[in-house]
Amino acid sequence: MTELAQTQPVSVRSPGWRPELVPIVLFAAFAAAPLLAPASGAEGYVLSLLTRVMIFGIAAMSLDLILGYGALVSFGHAAFLGIGAYAVGILASHGIEDALIQVPVALIGSALFALVTGAISLRTKGVYFIMITLAFGQMLFFLATSLAAYGGDDGMTLPSRSLVGGFPLLKSDAAFYWVSLLCLFGSYAFSRSVVASRFGRVLRGAKENPARMEAIGFHPFRYQLAAYVISGMIAGLAGCLMANQAEFVSPAFMTWQRSGELIFMVVLGGLGSLHGAIIGAALFLLLEEFLPEILHGASFMMDDAFRSHLAENWKMVFGPILILIVLFARGGIMGLLRRGRHG
Amino acid sequence: MTTTLLLVQALNGIQFGLILFLIAAGLTLVFGVMDFINLAHGVQYMVGAYLVAAFSAWTGNFALALLLALPTALAFGLLLEVLIFRHLYDRDHLDQVLATFGVIVFLNQAVKFVWGAAPLNVPVPEILSGSVEIANGLLYPVYRLAIIAAGLTVAGLLYVLVSHTRVGMLVRAGATNAQMVSALGVNIQRLFMVVFGFGAMLAGFAGAMVAPILSVEPGMGDNILILAFVVIVIGGVGSIRGAFLAALLIGLVDTVGRTFAPNLLRIFLDPATASQTGRAIAPMLIYIFMAAVLFFRPSGLFPAKR
Repeated sequence: MTELAQTQPVSVRSPGWRPELVPIVLFAAFAAAPLLAPASGAEGYVLSLLTRVMIFGIAAMSLDLILGYGALVSFGHAAFLGIGAYAVGILASHGIEDALIQVPVALIGSALFALVTGAISLRTKGVYFIMITLAFGQMLFFLATSLAAYGGDDGMTLPSRSLVGGFPLLKSDAAFYWVSLLCLFGSYAFSRSVVASRFGRVLRGAKENPARMEAIGFHPFRYQLAAYVISGMIAGLAGCLMANQAEFVSPAFMTWQRSGELIFMVVLGGLGSLHGAIIGAALFLLLEEFLPEILHGASFMMDDAFRSHLAENWKMVFGPILILIVLFARGGIMGLLRRGRHG
Repeated sequence: MTTTLLLVQALNGIQFGLILFLIAAGLTLVFGVMDFINLAHGVQYMVGAYLVAAFSAWTGNFALALLLALPTALAFGLLLEVLIFRHLYDRDHLDQVLATFGVIVFLNQAVKFVWGAAPLNVPVPEILSGSVEIANGLLYPVYRLAIIAAGLTVAGLLYVLVSHTRVGMLVRAGATNAQMVSALGVNIQRLFMVVFGFGAMLAGFAGAMVAPILSVEPGMGDNILILAFVVIVIGGVGSIRGAFLAALLIGLVDTVGRTFAPNLLRIFLDPATASQTGRAIAPMLIYIFMAAVLFFRPSGLFPAKR
């Protein structure tokens, strides 16, 4: 656990490429995408894919807040996506379709769930923490599958996207894109200020050496719990967006495999940088989306039956790629960028 | 009527618990001795089921298929160890979780690739088909009794192996303090390999045993893996005895809880609400149970490490 916990060294100043520019480039790219999308000829597809990337970016970033800065490996983070999504779905099915009510309910729900489960989970350490968060995630998953009134296993379709103050602001995909970007930027700015604050320093201190933090008079538990609650609330927001994008809610939003994917996105991007998690989410989803086509294209010398068979079973390539990334790309994308800078 | 139902459900619970134990035993040793989180343990259970399905389709004989499937599962486990897991022992838990997650993604798709996405059926062996009367008027499938017998036999063998042989002693010592064992001159790498292969074989055996009563399909190991983790966390990482008791407990709580939670709630609530909440609570029971155990005993009931 100590290895991943190491903070990256402060970068040496040198002219040219700087890692500090990464978030600026990233957000500029998201902002420019809608303007460039029409050129691709499949504007709707590009926008909806990027919206999905941003929503998962929010979720992965919220996980990075506790995983990267607190070394708390939560293996049940998808539960918060579920809480956010079900808050939207359940309220909508009772006729409350306004996001101004749905989102606060989702945030409060996530905060309460995080507070209770966090208070229990944080009593345990290491592997036990991973397992107990997993158990709480599963608990919520099974609760969702048994909600017969709200679709049970099959989930439920939303009547429409949420209203904002009574207006159907999110109806068009373009508007939804901008709202998602706003949420991504808002939660990034908020998380950034959290980690830069005294609170964030205590959290990192507790990760490096809890005994020493206690010796100088801090209660790591309280800080970790607060971070867990904040992280859960941000993930809950991502859940609201996810339900709205799909206009559908189901227990599949919170399978443990989804929690695993979120961890993967964070590690792929590089722990403890926040924007790394967004990049990780983007890479993960784009790989998932385009790997079938890439495989189909790359096997041009084979016959057609083999090519379609290969594209269909893209996960047989995806799995090994994941393993290779873990084995060889330590520090994730952000690690590569930093190393590239130092030569 | 209710007592017969309770008896049947208790037997089902024990049978399920023993299957869980077979999976959890390997997992807890790998976890305890090597400090290695192997999410891919569930797919080894799936591979066991597929192997027995393939071999029994080929030979037409379940016993022969089982006999062929076990060494194959062992070899497969060793192959994974050499190819992938060996490189992860000195990594942190996060890397282990992720790499073995990749193995799950690969193998779930690979069985789909080889055997197709449709569930396979394995016929119940002729000798063990049919039912037997265990109390007056109460019939119970022979095959499920056979699973219970097999589970108990393996548990007994495992007990003898772990507490009365030299290898078992090393394994126990390794679970308590692996570094010390290594410092005393034991080839820990080889011990790891033995434990790993053996664990994979046990999981494969569990998969093979349930193949005739469950449908053999891709992803069948994913949910049972989580249950196996619940078992070893409740039992205490590295403890075979803890895994055995916790597995039976979980099997009983899950199976009996699903049947009786609605009935029990009827005492406090009106029938409609009771059956609804009961059905909602039942699958959560084991996780609530686990959270409760960890709340009072943060390192499980029988922790091996001191």
